Amino acid sequence: MLVQPGAPGQATRTITATRATDTSAIQATATDVQFMQGMIAHHAQALEMTALLASRTNREEMRLLARRIELSQSDEIGMMQRWLTTRGQTVPDMHAHHDHGGALMPGMLTPEEMSRLEAAQGQAFDRLFLESMIRHHDGALTMVNDLFSTEGAGQEPEIYAFASDVDADQRIEIDRMSAMLLEILK
Amino acid sequence: MKLPAARWACLVALAVCPTVPGHAQAPASSSTPADPRVGLKPGFRNAGEAARNMQLVATLPKPDGFFDPKAPAGPVTPPEQPAPPDGATAPERDNNDATPADPNAPPGTAGAQANRNPTISFANSDLAFSGDLMFVGNFNGFTVYDIEKGSKPKLLSSVVCPGGQGDVSVYRNLLIVSVEQTRGRVDCGTGGVKETVSPERFRGIRIFDISDLRKPRQVAAVQTCRGSHTHTLVTDARDRDNVYVYVSGTGVVRSADELAGCSGKDPKEDPNTSLFSIDVIQIPVKAPERARIVNQPRIFSDPSTGALAGLWQGGNHGPGTQTSRITRQCHDITVFPDIGLAAGACGGNGLLLDISDPVHPVRLDAVTDKAFAYWHSATFSADGSHVVFTDEWGGGTRPRCRPEDPLTWGADALFDVVDRKLRFDGYYKMPAPQSKLENCVAHNGSIIPVPGRDIMVQAWYQGGVSVFDFSDATHPVEIAFFDRGPLDAKDLILGGYWSAYWYNGHIYASEISRGIDVLSLTPSEFLSKNEIEAARLASTSDLNVQLQRRVTWPRSSVVSLAYVDQLTRSRAIQPARADAIRTTLERIDRIRSARQRGAAAVVTQLDALAAQLESDARAASGRDAARLRALAATLKDRATALR
Repeated sequence: MLVQPGAPGQATRTITATRATDTSAIQATATDVQFMQGMIAHHAQALEMTALLASRTNREEMRLLARRIELSQSDEIGMMQRWLTTRGQTVPDMHAHHDHGGALMPGMLTPEEMSRLEAAQGQAFDRLFLESMIRHHDGALTMVNDLFSTEGAGQEPEIYAFASDVDADQRIEIDRMSAMLLEILK
Repeated sequence: MKLPAARWACLVALAVCPTVPGHAQAPASSSTPADPRVGLKPGFRNAGEAARNMQLVATLPKPDGFFDPKAPAGPVTPPEQPAPPDGATAPERDNNDATPADPNAPPGTAGAQANRNPTISFANSDLAFSGDLMFVGNFNGFTVYDIEKGSKPKLLSSVVCPGGQGDVSVYRNLLIVSVEQTRGRVDCGTGGVKETVSPERFRGIRIFDISDLRKPRQVAAVQTCRGSHTHTLVTDARDRDNVYVYVSGTGVVRSADELAGCSGKDPKEDPNTSLFSIDVIQIPVKAPERARIVNQPRIFSDPSTGALAGLWQGGNHGPGTQTSRITRQCHDITVFPDIGLAAGACGGNGLLLDISDPVHPVRLDAVTDKAFAYWHSATFSADGSHVVFTDEWGGGTRPRCRPEDPLTWGADALFDVVDRKLRFDGYYKMPAPQSKLENCVAHNGSIIPVPGRDIMVQAWYQGGVSVFDFSDATHPVEIAFFDRGPLDAKDLILGGYWSAYWYNGHIYASEISRGIDVLSLTPSEFLSKNEIEAARLASTSDLNVQLQRRVTWPRSSVVSLAYVDQLTRSRAIQPARADAIRTTLERIDRIRSARQRGAAAVVTQLDALAAQLESDARAASGRDAARLRALAATLKDRATALR
């Protein structure tokens, strides 16, 4: 027998299998889709930033950090592309955020800031990289917060889990980068 | 399960931790070179199967209402992306089913449409048992089975009440269920909650009255800030009026506008943050509707500085090591009230807690492990002297038993409890390499109460069910297994075993996608018929696996014979002595009372054998000495009963 309880104190009723498996109300919303599209652009820039690192830093722990960010973000990009595709949504081009006039997602570097990072070397680069990446990650936290603050958004189980994970992972990386920055500033 | 995955930790492994030769996932000593689990045929209902020393006795598909009719096996899990060589471009996806579909196309036509409902809406999760009943948690509610005949479970009811993960515990006529997703509704509705802040949203623990099994009623619902990813029932022998629940929430902290006092801030910014604690809920047994949070202990704090974030801060442990999560909540806690201890698997740490006052758990020890990504669950040995911690590397959604994956990553770590501290002994990982289409990592299991040994049955998602002996915790050995091929020939579909638990003679296993399997152990060189039978005799009236109780065995020859088999296997008993014990036990089983002819002679024989065994024990060491003493005790007990 298929039944559905009510709120505490309320009666339990029978329910049809069709209604029990009707997830139409918890499907992705327009905000969810925009979140995923925006996050792809956001992650893509993180990869552009880490690509600068190899020829500009002297620190092994910076290389490791960059490697970790590359791996996690490219993995997440794949996940987001897949999520959008299976829902018949537009998958943004990885370089779409280069378009002039395109709005930057929170925490993203402007083209001028990107150029400044590109021009830096050694210790100065490390410092600017960490400061920029902390800001960049912080922007991702803002995006997650905005998602969960929008009516109906973040409900669909897969995006709920994904956004929760982005939140947890980026907080850890922010903590680590903050500690590294302190070390450099000493 | 952590969804969708702790994705990057694992990839770092490949980057900075080249696999150590000889330590990768490959046929090891406990599995033969040609392990039958390698290369099994894929399939949802017709996958290839491999078993050793155990057999499948029943399999039940999920009932209507608990799977998506359009995609019964579940949707495809996106593959992981290899690291981009230039670090700037994500690689092209290589799957060919990715053609963008028309969102208005009729259901069931395009792949995209078939995948609309992620399987995590309908995944089977944890199990709980009471008498002849089995409760199966599911992200969409729970189901109840009659298991009076373990080999023929009967579905009694399917209860729709979505919210995930659906972790279940049972206490008398109360069923407790974990809810964490933002779609959860107070009224068990399937429609989610549209508003960001709403009194209709439910995240926390639900309490159902199951007096009417066909129509369980929700009697209480305790809201928590982070919802309930898992929970643990805690009983207190000195407080029979209440039961307690430790809630582990791993989800996003909700707004204080929705639930007063919730704060997701860093503890430096907000000392009242909802992070860095667990929720302790008190349920008055006679008035469950008055259940409430009674404490949020800061069990991760640093006693010297007072910092709430006093344990692992996240990150790796040096070159070549795993990246462990930050410790800011537990993922799961296992309690053992009879000995006043709990073991917490808490992100970046394994904890040992003193729970003699269950409302105020006190941390006794916290350990880290260089191979652990995510401390996930804990299981005490039957006597509480050891703890098996699991590492859910890859979050459960990823293949982590591939040939290249290290045997110490995504594994169990075994600890000895010495002077109320945890001391590392060894690792165990299901040894058969699995394909990249099978999500696989250590997951939930329980102790099989074979007297004289430490044996555990454990779920490994699509890595199957593995039974291992850790009587010597520095050298655990697999002794039985069951496995199926991947759910699909082409894609990774989230599936496999969430939990595999021993309950009164059978192993019940909840399969995320396929349903319920019941398995039984078959005698082998590793485990005798007497040992299996003795484990069955250690029967319990209920089982919530995260609430462990002291195991006792009845006065039965089978229990003595189980010890004899063990001592014979390890050559710690003379064959003549073993024969004498078997003969004497046969004689005593024919005697009904002390007045019966020959009773006095048997008693004398038992006493003599017991004395000899005790003498043998003094000359022996380790587990064999303990087995000799335990065997002597069973014989003396039989003698006493006959006097």
